[in-house]
Amino acid sequence: MSDTDDGADTLVVGGGLVGAALAWGLARLGERVTVIDEGDVALRASRGNFGLVWVQSKGDGMSEYARWTRQSADLWTDFADELEAASGVSPEYQKPGGLHFLLSEAALEAKRAQINRMHNVNGALGYGVELLDRKALDGIFPGLGPDVIAGSYSPHDGHASPLKLLRALHAGLAARGGRYVSDAKAQAVERDGSGFVVRTAKGSFRGGKVVLAAGHGNKWLGPSLGLNVPLIPEKGQILVTERIRPLLPMPTHVLRQTTEGTVMIGDSHEDTGYSTDSETPVLTRIARDAVRSFPALAGARIVRSWGAVRILSPDGCPIYQESESHPGAFSVNCHSGVTLAGAHALSLAPMLARGKLDSELDVFSSRRFADGSVTRAAH
Amino acid sequence: MVPSRARRIEEVRTISFEFEGLAVQAQEGDSVAAALTAAGIVDLRDSPVSGAPRGIYCMMGACFDCLVEIDGQPNRQACMCEVREGLVVRRQQGRAELEL
Repeated sequence: MSDTDDGADTLVVGGGLVGAALAWGLARLGERVTVIDEGDVALRASRGNFGLVWVQSKGDGMSEYARWTRQSADLWTDFADELEAASGVSPEYQKPGGLHFLLSEAALEAKRAQINRMHNVNGALGYGVELLDRKALDGIFPGLGPDVIAGSYSPHDGHASPLKLLRALHAGLAARGGRYVSDAKAQAVERDGSGFVVRTAKGSFRGGKVVLAAGHGNKWLGPSLGLNVPLIPEKGQILVTERIRPLLPMPTHVLRQTTEGTVMIGDSHEDTGYSTDSETPVLTRIARDAVRSFPALAGARIVRSWGAVRILSPDGCPIYQESESHPGAFSVNCHSGVTLAGAHALSLAPMLARGKLDSELDVFSSRRFADGSVTRAAH
Repeated sequence: MVPSRARRIEEVRTISFEFEGLAVQAQEGDSVAAALTAAGIVDLRDSPVSGAPRGIYCMMGACFDCLVEIDGQPNRQACMCEVREGLVVRRQQGRAELEL
C-alpha cells in the first residue's frame, strides 16, 4: 500500500520462511496482509536451509521451546496438507522419524544424559526419543559405517523442502489476496497514528500492526519500536549430491535425501559474521564425516555447495515478543524456520491476529537476556 | 556413423565415439555436449522428477541439465567432458544407484 492506500491489518517485514508463514497464517484468518521484503538479495537463511523438521534435542535447557517445537511437528501434517490445498504446491513433508548418529562412547553417554534430562519436557505426551544400539540401527538404517556405534531415534522428526515450503507460503498468501512487495528493504519502521508505517525505497506502507520477521534485520529495526533483539550470525555449509535412487530411509541430523533424490550433507557451525562463503576446508570435513557415517556416499558426485547464515539468539531459542512501548509491534526470530513453520502459521499467527501473544509465549521474550546470564540451550 | 553437421571454423582431427550404440563423429577438443549437438542429438536424458526429456541448456557447467552416462559413470555433465576416441556415452535414465 502506498501513501494513498488504506493500509493493511498487519504489515509483515520480511518474506522468508518466518515472515511468509506468519503472513499466510494471518491471511487464512481473513486479515489483509502486506509483506515488505528486501528481495532475493537478502541474506535469506530460508534459501540455505537444510530442511529438517526436527524435534529431538531441541529445548534442552528450555522446556517451553521443546514443547513449542513438538507442537509444531505435531501440526506439520495438517499444515502441509492445508498449505498444499491452498497453494497448489506441496512442501514435500515426510515424517518417517529421524536419526542422530552417535560415533563415540562419550557422545552416547552425553545423549543418554540428555534424554534423561528431557524425559519429562512434554509431560504425558512423552519426549519420545530412544537410544538404539548398532543392531537395532542396522534394522532400520542399512549401510551405516563401522564408527556409528549407536543412534537416537525420534518418531516426531521429519523433513520438508525449504524452497517448496517458501514457494507454497507465498502462493498461498497470494491466493488469499495478500500483498507481497519485493525489493523493498525496510529503512525505518515507526508509529503512525494508531498503526505503523514502514518506509522503503518503494514507498511507505501502513498497517494496524507490524510484525518484524526480517531475520538478522530485526536487530537493527527493533530498537525504533522499543524491541531489543539480540541475534548472533552462525554460518552453516551444505553439500548436495547428484540425484540418487532412494538410499536413506529417514533424515538424520547431518544427512537427508530429498524427494528428487539428492542427498544433502550438512552441519557446520561457524563464526564468520554474515559471510555466506563456502570454503574447502569445512566442506572437506563435512564430506569426510558423511562418508564415515555412511560409506556408500563416497561414490556420489557432489553437484552443489553453499553457505548460509543462521539466526541465533544468545541461548539458541526463539524470540517472540510484543513491544511494551509500542503495543501492536511484534518481533519474531528463530533459526528453525522450517520446523516451526507449522506453529508459526497455525498457532502464532492467530495470536498476532488477536493482537496479543498468549502467556505461554512470555518466556520467549528477549527480557530473558536482560540480566546478562545466558545459558546456551541445545538448538 | 552419425556425421557432424556443424560448419566448423577450423578443421582439426576427426574422431568417433559411441552414443546409445551409434558411432558419432566429433572433432578433437569438442565437449561431449558440443559433439552431440553438432550431430543433431539433443535428447540426452529423462528428468527423474517429471520423466520429461532434457538436453543442453547452459553449456558451461552450471545447470546440470546435460547429464549423460559416460563409460559407465552416471550423471556426468556432457558440456564439461571432452570427447575422446571410443568414449561410450549413454542417455542418463533416471537416478544414479549407489551400492551400500
